[in-house]
Amino acid sequence: MPLSQESSRGNASGYEIVYASREFRTLRRRLGSFVVPATVLFLGWYFLYVLTATFAPGFMRTSVFGYVNAGLCFGATQFVAVFAITMGYRRWARRNLDPMSQRLRQRLETGRKR
Amino acid sequence: MSHLAAVSGVVGKPALNIAIFAFFVLVSLAIAVSAAGSNRTTTDYYAGGHAFSGRQNGIAIGGDYLSAASFLGIAGLIALNGYDGFLYSIGFLAGWLVVLMLVAGPLRNTGRYTTADVLDLRLRAVPVRAAAAVSTLTVSLFYLLAQMAGAGALVSLLLGVRSGAGQDATVAAVGLLMIFYVLVGGMKGTTWVQIVKASLLAVGAAVVTVWVLAKAGFSLSALLGHAAAASPAGRAVLGPGLLYGVSTASKLNFISLSLALVLGVAGLPHVLMRLYTVPDAAQARRSVVWAICLVGGFYLCTLVLGFGAMWLVGAKQIEAAPGKENSAVPLLAFHLGGTVLLGIIAAVAFATILAVVAGLTITASASFAHDVYAGVIRRGEADPGQEVRVARITAVVIGAVAVIGGIFAKDVDVAFLVALAFAIAASANLPSILYSFFWPRFTARGALWSIYGGLISAVGLIIFSPVVSGNATALGAGPSLITDPHVDFAFFPLDNPGIVSIPLAFFLGWLGSVTDKQPADPVRFARMQVRALTGVGAERSSRG
Repeated sequence: MPLSQESSRGNASGYEIVYASREFRTLRRRLGSFVVPATVLFLGWYFLYVLTATFAPGFMRTSVFGYVNAGLCFGATQFVAVFAITMGYRRWARRNLDPMSQRLRQRLETGRKR
Repeated sequence: MSHLAAVSGVVGKPALNIAIFAFFVLVSLAIAVSAAGSNRTTTDYYAGGHAFSGRQNGIAIGGDYLSAASFLGIAGLIALNGYDGFLYSIGFLAGWLVVLMLVAGPLRNTGRYTTADVLDLRLRAVPVRAAAAVSTLTVSLFYLLAQMAGAGALVSLLLGVRSGAGQDATVAAVGLLMIFYVLVGGMKGTTWVQIVKASLLAVGAAVVTVWVLAKAGFSLSALLGHAAAASPAGRAVLGPGLLYGVSTASKLNFISLSLALVLGVAGLPHVLMRLYTVPDAAQARRSVVWAICLVGGFYLCTLVLGFGAMWLVGAKQIEAAPGKENSAVPLLAFHLGGTVLLGIIAAVAFATILAVVAGLTITASASFAHDVYAGVIRRGEADPGQEVRVARITAVVIGAVAVIGGIFAKDVDVAFLVALAFAIAASANLPSILYSFFWPRFTARGALWSIYGGLISAVGLIIFSPVVSGNATALGAGPSLITDPHVDFAFFPLDNPGIVSIPLAFFLGWLGSVTDKQPADPVRFARMQVRALTGVGAERSSRG
């Protein structure tokens, strides 16, 4: 692969060192430990809603109070889930992700100048 | 003619509408001009110098995203079909979580102006850049077409433009205005137009929503009861199935649509390109949080707007109006606040279309100039000034294409056309973006297979679906583009291709990579992921 020799051979090794470092692996694992379950959860909840609306419309028409039925409440929970995951992720990323990625970035950037 | 006269009597005074329209257009032009700045460098022109804050950009993303499809289309679908229209709101919103958690930060960290930059950093292959540009241009054009169709319908309703030629002229005027925004304003000017428009739209929607709720005594149940009583379908409109529950095909179509909506957002090029207007990944994430709040709040309003229109305006009058369901919200505004509110709401909707169209144009022109011209034709040797010049010329060409396309597509439902653009985006763009961030074995061949496979299958299935021909089987979402009943080459039964093309594109990306004789370069993946997660080497202000 002649292409891999272009431009940033020197940097690439720096990247490789960081990539293999324990701190970077921790960062990646942390990201995965939030993002993967959250994604599975919300996609699952979303498709459960879609499938219920498609194959169990009778359930969705069940009245909850007045004219408000189960389908509408189920739909409302989708909004709640989106807002909750958004705010949760924002908070979590600020506390657990940003400081760590910042540290790694600084290390790489100062390392490169030397 | 008496029928038309009756309808035009409903929609207020064209002169007043035109005056309000003109006012909005002038104000937005002034904003674009005054915010524009120099726009000489590519960073200024494409990314507003990476200088917007997360909040500003988040509101602008909301502005870009809440198109006429959202404001007019979804509320209209709810007004006519009740609950089934609600799915659009939910799908359009839920897809943002994919952007927030999987795409926003890494994308900002690894690209400069376009998604093709990301693939290029990972795969270093000119054909991949070309493929990404082709799919970006295709999605943008589909989306543009939808917006132009909405513009035609809206204007015919509000300005009393009844003749076909008059409508075509308005579509052309929209095209000219949008070219002006983009040429003069660049990304900076366009972003400010989006921010102002998004704020207006949020206020407008909130006012009408509160008004409708007040009429129903602030009881959601009462509102739904009134709406069901006014609807010919009765209480059935409150449950699912009116639009998508008729047959097995229509049920599958519903699932296909929902898949396209939730995965399409993260593949929309004009949304992704906005993430480059902020300084870093944290701000990109912040913009998405702001966008989610704005978009989510807005979609909650569309529920009330839709059922409000069902109750206060009535399906019969909506069906009879030019523009059909796209005119439900303007008619509702007229019912509530008379001519003035109608004029304001319509002008907001018009500003929405203009702003979204400008956003799409700048994305498409950037993709052509940066990826095709500078990246593929000049192999990265282009002079930045020349590149911006090419982008400007492209913007003019795209404007012309959109005008011609908009004239042909003016009778199709806007939300529905946008859903097709989502399906193409989810198929052609999303798999390769996710693979390049997270899958070490992804290769250039996999990217090409995934992009072209997704693009060709999505567009191909649309061509051979009831959307284009054989409208006898059209699934409630509007008749075919070809109205001659003798022309029927549809063999794919669903309107929306997502359920086939999206899994296919993911599969092809995998297959193309694992069968590639040239295995993926682990060094490049290491660099990609370190950059994606830490932001090292990301362009912050103006690096050459």
